[in-house]
Amino acid sequence: MNWPRALLTDSGGFQMVSLLHLADITEKGVTFQSPVDGKPMLLTPEESIQIQNRIGADIIMALDDVVRTTITGPRIEEATYRTLRWIDRCIAAHRRPNEQNLFGIVQGGLDPVLRDICVRGLVERNLPGYAIGGLSGGEDKDSFWRVVAQCTAALPEDKPRYVMGVGYPLDIVVCSALGADMYDCVYPTRTARFGTALVPEGVLKLKHQAMANDTRPIDPSCNCMVCKKYSRAYIHCLVTKDAMGSQLLSYHNLFFMMKLSSDLHASIVRGRFPEFVCKFLQKMFPEGDVPEWVCNAMEVAGIDISSCCSPFSSLPDYSNSEVPTDF
Amino acid sequence: MQYAVKAWSNGTARAGVLQLGSSCPCPLEIETPSLLLPTRKCLPRFISPDLLPSLPSPDSRLLQFSPLHFLEGLSTQTISNLGGLHQMLCLHEYGLVAVPRDSIQCLPASEGTNKVGASFETPCGRCLIKPKEYMEMISSMRPDIWVTLADEVPTWVSAKRNSSSVDRTIRWLDECIALRPVQNQCGDIFGSIVGGANVQQRQLCAEEVAKRNVSGYWIGGFGLGESMDERPALLKAVCDNLPEEKPRLVCGLGLPEEVLQGVAAGIDLFDTTYIYHITIGGFALTFPLDKIGVSELIPYSSDIGSDQTKINLRATVYRKDTTPVVQNCSCYTCKNHTKAYINHLLNVHEMLAQILLEIHNTHHFLGFFHLIREAIKEGKFEQFREKFIHDRREHLAASAVHV
Repeated sequence: MNWPRALLTDSGGFQMVSLLHLADITEKGVTFQSPVDGKPMLLTPEESIQIQNRIGADIIMALDDVVRTTITGPRIEEATYRTLRWIDRCIAAHRRPNEQNLFGIVQGGLDPVLRDICVRGLVERNLPGYAIGGLSGGEDKDSFWRVVAQCTAALPEDKPRYVMGVGYPLDIVVCSALGADMYDCVYPTRTARFGTALVPEGVLKLKHQAMANDTRPIDPSCNCMVCKKYSRAYIHCLVTKDAMGSQLLSYHNLFFMMKLSSDLHASIVRGRFPEFVCKFLQKMFPEGDVPEWVCNAMEVAGIDISSCCSPFSSLPDYSNSEVPTDF
Repeated sequence: MQYAVKAWSNGTARAGVLQLGSSCPCPLEIETPSLLLPTRKCLPRFISPDLLPSLPSPDSRLLQFSPLHFLEGLSTQTISNLGGLHQMLCLHEYGLVAVPRDSIQCLPASEGTNKVGASFETPCGRCLIKPKEYMEMISSMRPDIWVTLADEVPTWVSAKRNSSSVDRTIRWLDECIALRPVQNQCGDIFGSIVGGANVQQRQLCAEEVAKRNVSGYWIGGFGLGESMDERPALLKAVCDNLPEEKPRLVCGLGLPEEVLQGVAAGIDLFDTTYIYHITIGGFALTFPLDKIGVSELIPYSSDIGSDQTKINLRATVYRKDTTPVVQNCSCYTCKNHTKAYINHLLNVHEMLAQILLEIHNTHHFLGFFHLIREAIKEGKFEQFREKFIHDRREHLAASAVHV
């Protein structure tokens, strides 16, 4: 790839379960239908680690038994314990422990007891880093933040915590307040391909007719190449019709996410994190209608956001809905 | 706009210099014969704007676009408010040439054309464009050069239809010139010449257009059914009747051999979609770009669709090939990536494959034009042309022997 910077590979487990047909999980591993020729294939923890060893990324992920948080019942418990058995197989199969950092993944659904068992089991193995998995699969936000909070409280302070599959800018700010360090998500580029730009106020749907003659940049406060060169009107005429539209919006959205990370980092280093969070929430919720789950999470995180919350009633979560375009 | 011929070779082939934006602090000087890069709404189809400057300069700074690209979406008023296309696209250092036909998505639909306007098949359906509407678009877009509205017909229409296309094209040329805004900031005019596959009509049209006060000529109606053998006579009928000191732009001549045909007849600018078709097919141009034209050791194999001129990067033979597409090519793609990587990108349907291929193919084709100009300046154009064509056919002769 001619990529001189850091690389992280996933184990392949989640992609198989979410993207392919006929995936079946047994103690041996994950059986699935090969996307190349349709033949049944088995991905074991050993095989996953071997492939990741050959790719050579700086951080590699253990093969875990993922279950969606919307499922209930004994399957979650099975997945929790199996993940722990598989981490030992992953560790044993890892041929390059001095060059590649194997992260374990905490499972356990939404059950605090199972999550705790999984965290303790992984911490015992003294891994270079830990991921919080099984989230962002449709669970409600209130359950989501509580699982993250529980895990970050129990995971070692001196190792990175990686929340997999997160996500929306608001979710990243909340999880960072709760002590998470790393994130991955398809959201910025996927939403770009559908013509949606990320802006401080939320999202901007460039394919709306209202954008057709709007000569302002996507985000006047953004310094990316797209916002410096092009107007909403031009991007509007590209999106969903020309590949270049997807390219330009993806570029802007990724720049936005990188700036968000950079701002989070800088504000923490300078001791101004609560102020940053407040400014962030004020831009996104100018009416003060910060969702309840965010308020609760920030309270647990010890961040005072009272200055940006109006005395709340039970308001729906607007964090990812469209903003009016004539602001 | 200014144009001057600097050198001749073999009678009609010529090398010149086109200068655009003479009123700007740094005018653009393009050596001809030159290639116009086709765009979609003024940006390449795949090459991202930050990689566009990596192409050879100033060779890569002439962009062709169709005003019809902007039919859907923003209004001409908005384009005006933004200050025209150079402003809207931040392409201040580029030359923009407006041509209604773009040969991929804005195709002339001659059966829909009538005496009122020209019909095109576009992604928004079939559109009839009248000179008045066309001039509104041109005056809001303010390109450096624009081509007058033409009635292009394929070669299989009746003689009557063909001759009426010539009449209409000339009439619309006069209308477009008359409708030009008074402040005259919308660019230099290239008069359109049609005439199908009829030598007399071609000559007639050229003679008429040559009488008008235009800065150059756009020769349309090619790539619409005529054979390569018919073309030299048609090109000659046109070019012989045009003043030498004004540039000629032709549309529809894409293959390297066709470009050479055009250069031999006296064409200076080429608007072609060759690179686009090569790129989306997964091909990379590899024909040799040294003056001597020594055939390189590129294995010829019809099984994988590769020959001495291009390689098919989808072929499995490239799965582990960690060499660049063309050794010693200085384009972004060859300096940074390998055949194996592009092969992989094609297999997993990643758009980066098309981006990297379009960069390399554009770079390579621009290199070809550079060779043409050098050959003309040395007075050896016909020699160059014959050797080039001979080398490309050598592999066919070789495989005929093997079988």
